[in-house]
Amino acid sequence: METTEEKGAAAMSERTAELAIETSQLVKTFGDNRAVDGIDLAVPTGAVYGVLGPNGAGKTTTVRMLATLLRPDGGQARVFGHDVLREPNAVRSRVSLTGQYASVDEDLTGAENLVLLARLLGHRKPAARDRAAALLAAFGLEEAADRQVKNYSGGMRRRLDIAASILNTPDLLFLDEPTTGLDPRSRSQVWDIVRAVVAHGTTVLLTTQYMEEADRLAGRIAVIDHGKVIAEGTPGELKSSVGAGAVHVRLREAWQREQARQVLARTLDAQVQLDADPVALTARIMDGGTRDRAAAQASRALAELDEAGITVDDFSLGQPSLDEVFLALTGHPAEQADDSEQDGERESVEAAK
Amino acid sequence: MSTASPGQATGTSESPARTDQPAVRDYVPSAETIAAVLSPGARPARPSALSASVTFGWRAMLKIKHVPEQLFDVTAFPIMMTLMFTYLFGGALAGSTREYLQFLLPGIMVMSVVMTTMYTGVTVNNDIEKGVFDRFRSLPMWRPAPMVGYLLGDMFRYTMGATVILVLGLVLGFRPEGGVGGVLAGMALLVAFSFAFSWVWTMFGLMLRSEKSVMGTSMLVLFPLTFLSNILVDPETMPGWLQVFVDVNPVAHLVAAVRGLMAGEVDTGELVWVTASGGVLIVVFGTLTMRLYNRK
Ligand SMILES: Nc1ncnc2c1ncn2[C@@H]1O[C@H](COP(=O)(O)OP(=O)(O)OP(=O)(O)O)[C@@H](O)[C@H]1O
Ligand SMILES: [Mg+2]
Repeated sequence: METTEEKGAAAMSERTAELAIETSQLVKTFGDNRAVDGIDLAVPTGAVYGVLGPNGAGKTTTVRMLATLLRPDGGQARVFGHDVLREPNAVRSRVSLTGQYASVDEDLTGAENLVLLARLLGHRKPAARDRAAALLAAFGLEEAADRQVKNYSGGMRRRLDIAASILNTPDLLFLDEPTTGLDPRSRSQVWDIVRAVVAHGTTVLLTTQYMEEADRLAGRIAVIDHGKVIAEGTPGELKSSVGAGAVHVRLREAWQREQARQVLARTLDAQVQLDADPVALTARIMDGGTRDRAAAQASRALAELDEAGITVDDFSLGQPSLDEVFLALTGHPAEQADDSEQDGERESVEAAK
Repeated sequence: MSTASPGQATGTSESPARTDQPAVRDYVPSAETIAAVLSPGARPARPSALSASVTFGWRAMLKIKHVPEQLFDVTAFPIMMTLMFTYLFGGALAGSTREYLQFLLPGIMVMSVVMTTMYTGVTVNNDIEKGVFDRFRSLPMWRPAPMVGYLLGDMFRYTMGATVILVLGLVLGFRPEGGVGGVLAGMALLVAFSFAFSWVWTMFGLMLRSEKSVMGTSMLVLFPLTFLSNILVDPETMPGWLQVFVDVNPVAHLVAAVRGLMAGEVDTGELVWVTASGGVLIVVFGTLTMRLYNRK
């Protein structure tokens, strides 16, 4: 049965052969809520494809439909040429999912989790044990192999989760917000793992709320909001549409803020926001320039502030944050701010207007 | 009644940012080792339906090993029921507790085990909320395997529950005429029927939103099925309309069959009844369960 499916799919389209995922007008509704509202994606093989969006944008819903866990209400989705609705088993045998919420069994040990999955994939007992041991070693979990997963740290749990997902050597790996809630060190470990997996030839679809993460890992990014793709392109293309970056300034004295705002607006030719913190302000460098030019402008601004006698405690040129990408792409800020955000990326809180 | 289900016993608190243990602090992912585990040669063939189900049964056993509290339901509860009813009704209904026990024990064994089947629903409901189910559902394997696996694990619990009651009964003076063979046959029938009956709970476990509503619904189904039966008293003293219900109550037939086997008087009619109703339960509720499971 599987072979006829594969033949049929091969005949279906030559063009989709090089695409890992292809969707057209994909829709999922929950009651009145159009969680995914006509998404078109074309994900090439062999790289990380980033899906960037705020809470509730429809990232998880999209991924679950592509992983055959949720039935689309409209549109089409093909994974390696296989329709997710008509040939779910053909899709399942080539993909793997690391869900947003740990998809490992908390009551079992790390080793037991992996042996269980290896057995379910058809490995015999000794092979399953070997495979589990090799994966635990590769993910730095040997010491914790015989501990229950509920006693793992967040980072260890994530690594086990990813290890479980590559057990079947998938051709396509879905990672749904793999670093949300992780500390910076665990986050960079996950990034290294993702790079290693992609280097081996696996395609990765990664969802995230962080521009920085998508920027570092992804070859292409789709920005989604309210279930729609609002922008798509390489990180460079997206960023130049947003601006070269944002200058974040912290002053020593709050009373100097208005003066600082004027200096920054003049030297950077930028829109300057007053942050919620009374000594902080943020300037977005807009003129589509390169990062180098932005850096040159920023150092000029710092000199001008100094000349004006304004004491600066902290001054940095940051990546455009997701908020800024949003503001630029939609004209409105991302609606739900994410409280759990613990990343190094700097987020500017817009001053109440 | 205790509610030491696995989910509750383990707690579900998330601890996203606990620091790593010192031993793994220095983990640096290596591209080579990860590439090595990603190229293990040919993928194995899909496991058979039986092998996948047995693997899930093994998972259930591992859970019992790690969360042994869940066995509390199948030990403490039956002991309490047996003692309570033996001493509450024994004198009044049969003249002596010892005599009543000969009548009651097979019935109370059925009642306790059938009552513990509802934890299947609670476990399914607890589990399905967790991400691990997404992983199972995205594997290319025989779809009912996780459900069958639960039930295989539960059969172990039912066997334990039945054994606990038997031992207690023997201590209190239960002397079955059917001998070892009859008693074992009775217990086997009970466990097999409970396997079939549990499909009702896998369905509710998937259908209902919370553990609480699963428990509530279970009570609503189980109390009439167990109490409005021939377990505690002979139905002949009941009003006619109630006898009509007892006559079609599968649990009552199960009790009659188990009683027969343990007493050494095999009642073929009842055996047929029990086997047939078990088959119907599996077909109807197994199908509904798999429908819900595929749609979730
Ligand atoms: N099972 C469900 N039933 C009803 N509504 C749902 C369900 N799953 C998701 N939604 C709704 O669909 C929308 C998109 O949710 P989704 O989980 O896909 O967003 P997300 O981009 O993954 O967000 P987050 O960053 O918070 O994970 C939200 O409004 C959410 O409330
Ligand atoms: Mg999500």
